[in-house]
Amino acid sequence: MSDIRNMLVETANKILKDFCMKELVMDAEKGIWPQELWNILNETGMTIAGIPEEVGGVGGDVGDALSLLRVAGKYAAPIPLAETFIANWLFSTSGREASTQALTVGPVRKEDQLNFTKIAGGWLVFGKLRDIPWARNVKEIALFGKTEDGKSIVTTVPLENCQINKGVNLAGEPRDEVVLTNIFILDESVAINTQVKEVDYWNISTLTRIVLMAGALEKVLELSVDYSNERSQFGRAIGKFQAIKQQLAVMAGEIVASSTAADSAVEAFCSGKMVNEVAMAKIQVGEASSLVTKIAHQVHGAMGFTDEHPLHLLTRRLWSWRDEYGTESEWAEFLGEQVLANGSENLWPMITSSLVTQKVN
Amino acid sequence: MKTLNLPATTLPDEAEKLRNEIREFLADEMAAGTFEPRCDSWLGSHSAELSEKLGERGWLGMTWPKKYGGHERTSLERFVLTEELLVAGAPVSAHWFADRQTGPLLLNYGTEQQRQTFLPKMAKGQLYFAIGLSEPNSGSDLASISTRAKKIGNKWVINGAKIWSSGAHHAHYMLVLLRTSPLEDGKKYAGLSQIIVDLSSSGVTIRPINLMTGEHHFNEVIFEDVEVSEEMVVGKLGEGWKQSMAELAFERSGPERILSTYPLLQELLVQLEDSSNPHVKNKIGRLVARLWTLRQMSLSVATLLLEGKSPDIEAALVKDLGTAFEKEVIEVTRDLVSVRPSLSSKNRLEVLLAEAILHAPGFTLRGGTTEILRSIISKGLGV
Repeated sequence: MSDIRNMLVETANKILKDFCMKELVMDAEKGIWPQELWNILNETGMTIAGIPEEVGGVGGDVGDALSLLRVAGKYAAPIPLAETFIANWLFSTSGREASTQALTVGPVRKEDQLNFTKIAGGWLVFGKLRDIPWARNVKEIALFGKTEDGKSIVTTVPLENCQINKGVNLAGEPRDEVVLTNIFILDESVAINTQVKEVDYWNISTLTRIVLMAGALEKVLELSVDYSNERSQFGRAIGKFQAIKQQLAVMAGEIVASSTAADSAVEAFCSGKMVNEVAMAKIQVGEASSLVTKIAHQVHGAMGFTDEHPLHLLTRRLWSWRDEYGTESEWAEFLGEQVLANGSENLWPMITSSLVTQKVN
Repeated sequence: MKTLNLPATTLPDEAEKLRNEIREFLADEMAAGTFEPRCDSWLGSHSAELSEKLGERGWLGMTWPKKYGGHERTSLERFVLTEELLVAGAPVSAHWFADRQTGPLLLNYGTEQQRQTFLPKMAKGQLYFAIGLSEPNSGSDLASISTRAKKIGNKWVINGAKIWSSGAHHAHYMLVLLRTSPLEDGKKYAGLSQIIVDLSSSGVTIRPINLMTGEHHFNEVIFEDVEVSEEMVVGKLGEGWKQSMAELAFERSGPERILSTYPLLQELLVQLEDSSNPHVKNKIGRLVARLWTLRQMSLSVATLLLEGKSPDIEAALVKDLGTAFEKEVIEVTRDLVSVRPSLSSKNRLEVLLAEAILHAPGFTLRGGTTEILRSIISKGLGV
């Protein structure tokens, strides 16, 4: 890891550890927007990290931004940091100024496509987007779509012009339905942008979930190890029992595997030589989430199943995020199809050449 | 809590260049009919001829100094060689243990004379070593071994027995962990040493222990008043435990803990090439994702070792997950195709599946059982 990235991660760790106490996360679930948290992240440049300075960001690369998101995942930060990053990343590829406001972005589901129709002086956008994070809390949504002749298009729409039907995921994070009924956008607010490929949009969006999950998984292990050392039964810490030790080791294995997979996918994306790493990492992290949450709750006993214990802040997020931007099965079918089509002799070359090209420390 | 981490790493260009040379070599050998891909080829496929050819190419003792017959290449180049040989299912068991662990151990702890005597021949693929750790009554609890050596004049006289010594019947020497001073209460790791024993010495009996398939890979090696020159002690007397544990770090995280059933996976894909079944794609996708993840982890451990770090807990973790994957390939194969495993079948998939099933119990036993590895991991977590 570079020095700059180390520093960013350290700062984010400090801020989020202090701010994201259980009360704040639970309050957010009840609808209280943590403005103070957003402000401090803004002041420290965290909301525009990984966005080039030329377009108003604080510089650094996509890898830097994603390592911050990993910290956000670890502390269950109840703010649209991922969405703001995706939106600003979209803007930066079209030369548009980054926003320091909290943003959301869509579509989130592949089936939800928008229709863009050219009219005099601008465009009309029409469509229904499901599961839009934090739509009710932010002013603007960044949109990614395609024109009728297949060019990529990036724009923003004020959410006050849209109909918002509220919804939440299992973690109580806002996942709203946003309905756009022929909303007019001026030409100057639209970037017809052939640089951003659709596949990149989905990959970077999926990467945000991969790193959020990698961060949350890390915290689940910490909580489980602590609990095993603190909780005593039969006259000794439950962590002294082989049955518990073995479970924690299995959990640690999945978590380290997920961390390596997440890192490798991020580096592959940044190197510009990505093949299937995002698919492979999402499958790994998703499968790990299922197993790790099961073990964590088993180890924590009834206490971890209560509202009082913070474990559920992480486990409910993992149960939500593993399905966002494609379930393991959806990605596995996509990957399996390619592996079969490439032929048996090309599997090993795919595994070995789908490597990052730049060494990171 | 200790944070375990295996950062994403990559291979340098020279390692990738080497990969192409190895692939060409293996393709030529396979075309010439030298070998057929086999599962678990590092345990049981012995070919003195192929080992010598690898030696001629400079692919054994790759990382060792030139003055000992080595080639001074990086451990990451050796990583590439290892994974390519295993993916091809090539017969590599003859030189495997000498090249993987005895050689590096002698470089670390051996005397100059031992290095001069053994390393150049190992690097030529002509001298094989067997591992002498487990005993009939000491498996997971390795420190409880009872093989002992007594000093008489300038010789050590050895009595005891080693077991599960793969390939000892082909090997020239064994590096034996034994007790050189009596066990003191509460100090079971003290008083252990490592001595090189010539397996053709008088008093050595090598008794085959056949696998359940009837194959002969394992042996029990019995020592009855075997005399060994004091010059054959490796490292310091009494430091044998520490030296053996370092030996295990080389053993645990390599590609051979992931790829023992790769030839089966490759053959499975041949059979499935025309499949459009979503269940098939789903299962294959998940398996491939896991393979990629594990391979990235193993590569990361190799890189950390090269940087002089000792990722022993991470290595235990890679072995735990990797060997479970080796078994998973079997279950996915059984799930996706209707074949009947048989060693005598004419269908390659059926033969490879049979080999994999019958060898699988060993995957999660050798080099530390899953249960022992998980104990090491949880201890590392601070539980």
